[in-house]
Amino acid sequence: MLQPRIIPCLLVKNGGLVKTVAFGSPKYVGDPLNAVRIFNEKEVDELTVLDIDATAHGREPDYALIRNLAVECRMPLCYGGGVTTAEQIQKIISLGVEKVAVSAAAIADPALLPRACERVGRQSIVVVLDVRKVGHRYELFTHNGTRATGLDPVEFAARIERLGAGEIVVNSIDRDGAMKGYDIELLTRVREAVTLPMTALGGAGSMKDVAELIRRFGIVGAAAGSLFVFKGVYRAVLISYPNRTDKDALIAQARQPA
Amino acid sequence: MITIVDYGLGNVQAIANIYTRLNIPVRAARSKADLADARKIVLPGVGAFDWAMARLDESGMRERLDQLVMEERSDVIGICVGMQMLAARSDEGSLPGLGWVDADVRIFDNKAFTGPTHLPHMGWNDVVPSRDDGLFAGLGSGARFYFLHSYYFAPKHEKDVLATTDYNGSFVSGVQCGNVFGVQFHPEKSHQWGIRLLKNFAEL
Repeated sequence: MLQPRIIPCLLVKNGGLVKTVAFGSPKYVGDPLNAVRIFNEKEVDELTVLDIDATAHGREPDYALIRNLAVECRMPLCYGGGVTTAEQIQKIISLGVEKVAVSAAAIADPALLPRACERVGRQSIVVVLDVRKVGHRYELFTHNGTRATGLDPVEFAARIERLGAGEIVVNSIDRDGAMKGYDIELLTRVREAVTLPMTALGGAGSMKDVAELIRRFGIVGAAAGSLFVFKGVYRAVLISYPNRTDKDALIAQARQPA
Repeated sequence: MITIVDYGLGNVQAIANIYTRLNIPVRAARSKADLADARKIVLPGVGAFDWAMARLDESGMRERLDQLVMEERSDVIGICVGMQMLAARSDEGSLPGLGWVDADVRIFDNKAFTGPTHLPHMGWNDVVPSRDDGLFAGLGSGARFYFLHSYYFAPKHEKDVLATTDYNGSFVSGVQCGNVFGVQFHPEKSHQWGIRLLKNFAEL
């Protein structure tokens, strides 16, 4: 049976790993390649690495870093950050990455998706939706949450499914680093609008939050940053990930009919 | 010696790293000359079917690969799109495949599923081998592999089915036709189980 995926999400800034809160206050947490080696040993389901400088600074993806990550990774890798063209997506896939995430570029130019599909196939194209709650409604943001788009994330999710995305990552800006649980309301709305694989990011504070997500959505991606890099109330840096026995037990329990 | 066909698609280095850690000699082939007398060939792949076939054609290696596999009977394993390329054709494109296995590649049809199903098929799933020696030796139960695909391999002959996977209906996740093997999942990204499978291939 297909398993839900539990996915550490690492943020890269100036070549180092950081963790943010509400997309701000980046705290240095370590070296990306060292983190990948630790996650290899822990046999994680997938790894997502997002370069949070690239788009904001208008620069190309750091291909040398991506190559090093891909070579080191013994699990599937999704890379995002600064990707604007189908050529870049294809180049990143050719470096040995399984999936490429786009966000601002897919919003500015949705036709990028079918162009990229032609080269790398739908399954390797991930669209990350950075969402903030504005009053009573949800709105899509780009450039590390600094630019409002006026777009409704649920409508946009349905649109990119038609255009050729292979996965949607719903990233809650409000919940980023808060460790108080995923935004279930937002995720429910997106889930109802698309049949694509969906991954939740932003808010997981404990494995209970991951279990709750799986209980509600079944086959889903549960991504988290803080949960897998911090320990304790003082946010000491300690990379962690559930072992296979614990993970299987958590999933089995979450998927039991109520 | 394992020879990985490097035509610009797929994770050549990740596969090479695994063989290096296993102390199994490995090389990447980027030209006809590099293929020389390869006896164990890995055909990796991440990408769209036509894109992959076009890149393989451009690499100048296709004719020599045909000889190695069909005449000299070298063992070959296709991975993901590399598996799909073994077929005669694919719903994903219009270019002909390698045709080393009598098979088509078809798109998953939502209507054929027995329940609500997300596509692409993405994540870790069980693989049930039809025999417990050879490529799947030691991988009989509890083995999980990483999948990432929207199309599936449909062999014409039941005897070529080496493994199946359930995704609201069964599909073929492993194929063997003589010296030609294919797996739909990514062994190079499937932790201990993938390492075992790649080791098994080297030891066939």
